[in-house]
Formats: sequence, C-alpha cells, structure tokens
Amino acid sequence: MQATSDEVLIGRIASGDRLAMQVLYARHHVRVYRFVLRLVSDPTTAEELISEVFLDVWRQANRFEGRSAVSTWLLAIARFKALSALRRRTDEELDEEAAAAIEDPSDDPEVSLQKKDKGEILRKCLTALSPDHREIIDLVYYHEKSIEEVAEVLKIPENTVKTRMFYARKKLAELLKAAGVERGWP
Amino acid sequence: MNTMLNNAPERETIEELLPWHAAGTLSRRDAQRVEEALARDSELARRFELIREELGETIHLNESLGAPSARAMEKLFAKIEAEAPVARKASVSFNLGAWLSGFVASLSPRTLAYSATSAALAIMLLAAVTVGSLVDYSGQDNFKTVSLPGDKTYAMIRFAPETSVADITKFLEANKATVVGGPRPGGMYKIQVAESKLPKDQADALLKKLQTEGKIISFIAPSD
Repeated sequence: MQATSDEVLIGRIASGDRLAMQVLYARHHVRVYRFVLRLVSDPTTAEELISEVFLDVWRQANRFEGRSAVSTWLLAIARFKALSALRRRTDEELDEEAAAAIEDPSDDPEVSLQKKDKGEILRKCLTALSPDHREIIDLVYYHEKSIEEVAEVLKIPENTVKTRMFYARKKLAELLKAAGVERGWP
Repeated sequence: MNTMLNNAPERETIEELLPWHAAGTLSRRDAQRVEEALARDSELARRFELIREELGETIHLNESLGAPSARAMEKLFAKIEAEAPVARKASVSFNLGAWLSGFVASLSPRTLAYSATSAALAIMLLAAVTVGSLVDYSGQDNFKTVSLPGDKTYAMIRFAPETSVADITKFLEANKATVVGGPRPGGMYKIQVAESKLPKDQADALLKKLQTEGKIISFIAPSD
C-alpha cells in the first residue's frame, strides 16, 4: 500500500476533502508543533498555533503552487504564526523570559561539568541559543531541510542561510566553552 | 587522511556544507565533494564528527518535546466544520468529534495510565483509516471501497503496558499489520494481520507466530 503523497493530499484539501486534511494533519502535526514550540517556548501557545497553521492550509490549499515540499510550506506558515505570536507578547512577559534565560544553569560551568554528561550540556546550550539560531539549527538537523528549503522557510538568500548556520554553531561553541566543553571549533 | 586541504576558500566552502552533509540533505554532487574532502583532511573529519554530535543532540532535544494533545486536533476540525462550505468534489463522512468522544470515553482508569501510547495509537489508527481509505480514491466524484468486510484476517490484540509506540510501529511494520479499530474495553485493539481471509489453521499459526514475536503482546486472539 503506497501512501498518498502530500501534494496529492493538498490538491484534495483544495477541493474540500476533510479526510485528506486529517491525513495531512496526522502526518505532520507533531513536527510542526515541535518547531513552533521551540520558537514560542509555551506548549499551550504552540498547540493553538498549530491549529491555526493547519486551518490556513485548509483555507489556502488552492494557493499551494508546489514549488517547495509541503512540509517546507507548513514550516514557513508555522514560523510566520509563531513570530506574530511572539510580537503580540507584552514587554513584561519578554522581560520575565530574559530573566529566566539569565538564570539558566548552563551559564554555570562548574555545575555543568559536574554532570559530566556532554550530551546533556549540548542540549542545554542548544536551548539557550537565540530564536534565530535555534530555528536554523532545528531546520537543518531535525527537520532535514536543504539549504534551498531553509532559504524558503526563512525568506533569506541561500548564502545567508550558510552564514547564519555558521554563526549559530559558533554561538553554540561559545556556550559550550562557557559550560566547560572546549571543542576548538568553530 | 592526514593531509589538510591546501586551498583555504575550498575548505571554507566544504566546511559550510558539513551540517547539511551530516543531515543527508546535500545534492549527490556536493555530497561527493564533501566525502572526498573528508577522506583527505583529518581536521575536517574531526569537525564533521562534532557536527554529527550536534545533530544527534538536536534530534534528541526535539524528540523529547512531546506531541500536542488531542485538543489541538479537535479545535482545528471544529473550526473547519464551522467554516462556510466550499465546493466539495469528494466529501467523505467521518465524524471526528464523535470518534474522539468515543475514544476518550473508552479510556478506563487503567488505560488512562497508558494515555501517551493510547493517544499515539489513536493517531496511528486515524492515519491508517484515512490513508487506507484514500488509496482507492479514483480521482473522480465517487469513492470506491474495494475491500469488503470479512475478506481479510483480523485479530484482537492488547499490547503490554510498558510497550513504546516505536516498538508497536516496528511490530506492525514487520508483520505488515495495521490497526483498524479500538481502543476497546481492556485496552484491546483490532488489527488486520493479512490482506486476505486465511483458513483457520493458517490464521491460528500466524497469530501463534505473532505471539512469539517478543514481549510487546500481552493478549492476541482471532477476530471477525
């Protein structure tokens, strides 16, 4: 049994097929949710946003031109929704988040070294990256997006994608160094 | 592989591609360029290993984020229901609200303890039902159901409480089985185990074989 392709599903959704919508949702909702959650850092907001993302798909399926993969299109919509939600947050909330980030134990090298778990330190540092750096690392490593696809999601040129990835990894190396893990590169 | 690339710009270009090479998303041509560079530049190879670590931990981090609750899906389809009807070529009857209500109502306190697995199975079931239905869609305004009730072989199954969704998925794939119904009282699911109706002795032998597959099945029996 061969599964129906995403592109075929989108065509059916455009003609009002709810079953196709359910299949597309079942296929992609977890990854879209995780992408959004990493940006907004709040599970309740992330859940609301994925409903909005897929509702947009339902409404705009007929505008999908097939120039990119459906999963890339979904992530681009999700990112737009997440950034809009972040902009709606009050300055007060952002201040609280900034304070929480400062208190992050990954800033304390001794505590981190005591754990002697490089993987855990690495994950903590990945969480401490800025949203811009977090999203590009997630897109490349977790969502398996090519340079062209990342450019499509982030709406930036391909060369900027490579540069931003380099700086994201550089920042990661700095955080690791602060946590006592010296890698010597980048 | 002890020499370093002499050409600095070339090395820089290759370095930039390493994250995508680790993720396997480069074109064949670029991937080959990177492979050749890695083979002759030990420092580049060391850096590639660091990138592979990052990739592994990024996946680990994302996989630990969990999944949205069923509420997100309920909310979405409630909104879709509320939308003004659009031209529908193929409208297939599937009352998601009723299905979800039934699903949640079917969760006994015992099954609630395994709610994560149950929820994941529910999604798998939904996908199985919908994908299974869609493959026979003719592309016209009708919807053909090729298979008739009773022309396949089914079983009722209960998975061991500690079984992970990954184990269940692996089991289903390995045995070409599909979840087609459930959960029912006692945490039972109906699965299709063969594409055709097997004679009783063959069906019994198949279920016996499945029973010995490992520790993930706590109960399995034939079903109509």
